[in-house]
Amino acid sequence: MKTKSNVKKIRRYLPFYLMMLPALVYLFINNYMPMSGLVLAFKKYNVRDGIYNSPWVGLQNFEYLFTTKDAWVITRNTILYNLVFILLGTVCSIMVAVFLNDIVSKRAKKTYQTIILLPYMISMVVVAYLVNAFLASDTGFVNNYILKPLGLGSIAFYSETKYWPFILVFINLWKGIGYSCILYLANLGGIDPGYYEAAALDGATRWQRFSKITLPCLKPTIITMTILAIGKMFYSDFGLFYQVPMQSGALFNVTQTIDTYVFYGLMKNGNIGMSAAAGFYQSMVGFVLVLGTNAIVRKLSKENAMF
Amino acid sequence: MVENRKGYNILIHTVMVILCVLCLAPFVLLISASFSSESSLIAGGYFFWPKEFSTVAYEYLLTGGSVIRAYGVTIILTVVGTAMNLLITTLIAYPLSVKEMPGRNVFNFIVFFTMLFAGGLVPTYMMWTQIFHIKNTFAALLFPSLLTNGFTIMMMRSYFQANIPKEVLESARMDGAGEVYILFKIVMPMSLPIVATIGLMAGIGYWNDWNNNLYYITDPNLNSIQGLLNRMLTNAQYLKQAASIGNVGTSAVPTTAVRMAVAVLGAVPILCIYPFFQKFFVKGMTIGAVKG
Repeated sequence: MKTKSNVKKIRRYLPFYLMMLPALVYLFINNYMPMSGLVLAFKKYNVRDGIYNSPWVGLQNFEYLFTTKDAWVITRNTILYNLVFILLGTVCSIMVAVFLNDIVSKRAKKTYQTIILLPYMISMVVVAYLVNAFLASDTGFVNNYILKPLGLGSIAFYSETKYWPFILVFINLWKGIGYSCILYLANLGGIDPGYYEAAALDGATRWQRFSKITLPCLKPTIITMTILAIGKMFYSDFGLFYQVPMQSGALFNVTQTIDTYVFYGLMKNGNIGMSAAAGFYQSMVGFVLVLGTNAIVRKLSKENAMF
Repeated sequence: MVENRKGYNILIHTVMVILCVLCLAPFVLLISASFSSESSLIAGGYFFWPKEFSTVAYEYLLTGGSVIRAYGVTIILTVVGTAMNLLITTLIAYPLSVKEMPGRNVFNFIVFFTMLFAGGLVPTYMMWTQIFHIKNTFAALLFPSLLTNGFTIMMMRSYFQANIPKEVLESARMDGAGEVYILFKIVMPMSLPIVATIGLMAGIGYWNDWNNNLYYITDPNLNSIQGLLNRMLTNAQYLKQAASIGNVGTSAVPTTAVRMAVAVLGAVPILCIYPFFQKFFVKGMTIGAVKG
């Protein structure tokens, strides 16, 4: 009797398992197999022996990595840029969302939203061209039409580190704000207008209405988004840090992140051991951050936890 | 709303207009540069309108084969990639949304875990190049970014769970419909917003992808338009060097304008198409939290 019902069950659900197969095979190849390749961080890689047969070297790659200044620089850059992106990104996207939400004309609202979402749609390479059109030392707009008329000497942006933290933060905001404000905008749309009417009747100022009604309503979203971002603190937007500074070596001190370091080690310098070690470091710390932040959210408010 | 409604309105519109100008100006600069004559660019730099109008850059690109070829690669890649992505995503998302399926939690976890942990670039690169030998093949552009992780699967699964009434599926099964039939004839037509959203995300992802070109391609014939842009960014002479363009006179290449023209060609199709799909994009973002 039992086996009969099992057979029936399998026949019933077999199509489901077959349907899932392509994606499962793909995830196995693209996501799970590379996880096993993390062992490379503990090996001295050579092409002949491949990933799994190259000789073990213990922690040597990590020793090399952490005795260089690079390990500190890439960790610092990755974390600091992320912190600034999270902070400014949240403040600016809430501000833009509130403004958009307060616009009465539907058409104006839609037009604004379409335009500010535009930078999000284009690739980082195109962004690098756009930035280059402004900053190029010989033909750039800034040097030719802003600094020159003011009687100032031209600036070689691609070899001066001091400007880049600002440039990169600006570009990150410019590209991302149209996208990140969507979620807040949707949340604002869900707030009962009755709250605002009552508050206005009681003579609450615009700022009071914002800080006493809007912000508390957005709080769960803000917390969730921030925590998701903290979970990704050890990852950076490779395109932003690789393409936009145009791989200028003079800028590495302020533009190199873990992702670009891993790339250069693997593709340009042939330093696969250190590159693999940096990648391992990123994967592990990243994983701990995700689990940790999720555990904190579970404690604070269970319904916002990811898992 | 007794207090200064008008002043506030002026403030928000001013801020939004400034933001819009900031978002549009770089594109104007880019397009203007691509329509400027080489000599005016070298003499005066990039400006918001062409000081000397010229279409030489585009003529140059049209006579050489590599840009047209790259466009072809990008279009085929975008179409095939988007279709494959949607197919395998929906095929797994539907079973995962069926609560009674034995082993559902295990499969859910397998998909979800890819969002938490990743091997990273080095092992991924080694595996694709040394076990699957995809270097310098079309597959290198297609497969590594088919699904980055399980995110879109989870997104679609959540949508199915929340929006497809169980009774509809039950009655279809009673009528003897197979699961594949149910997915494509009943579930999919009821889920057009999420299908459009994920399709759009995948399409834009493929159109804008330069990473796979950077990692896996050295053959100029396999350059996508973004790949070509990536090569030209730090090597202005790349077009000249790429073999297929050897027939064009090498003496007077308008490099400064040409690179801007290629950038325009790489960005414009997306900019023209996306306003029509924007609502799906906005909707998809707000469809809801992805939970494990």
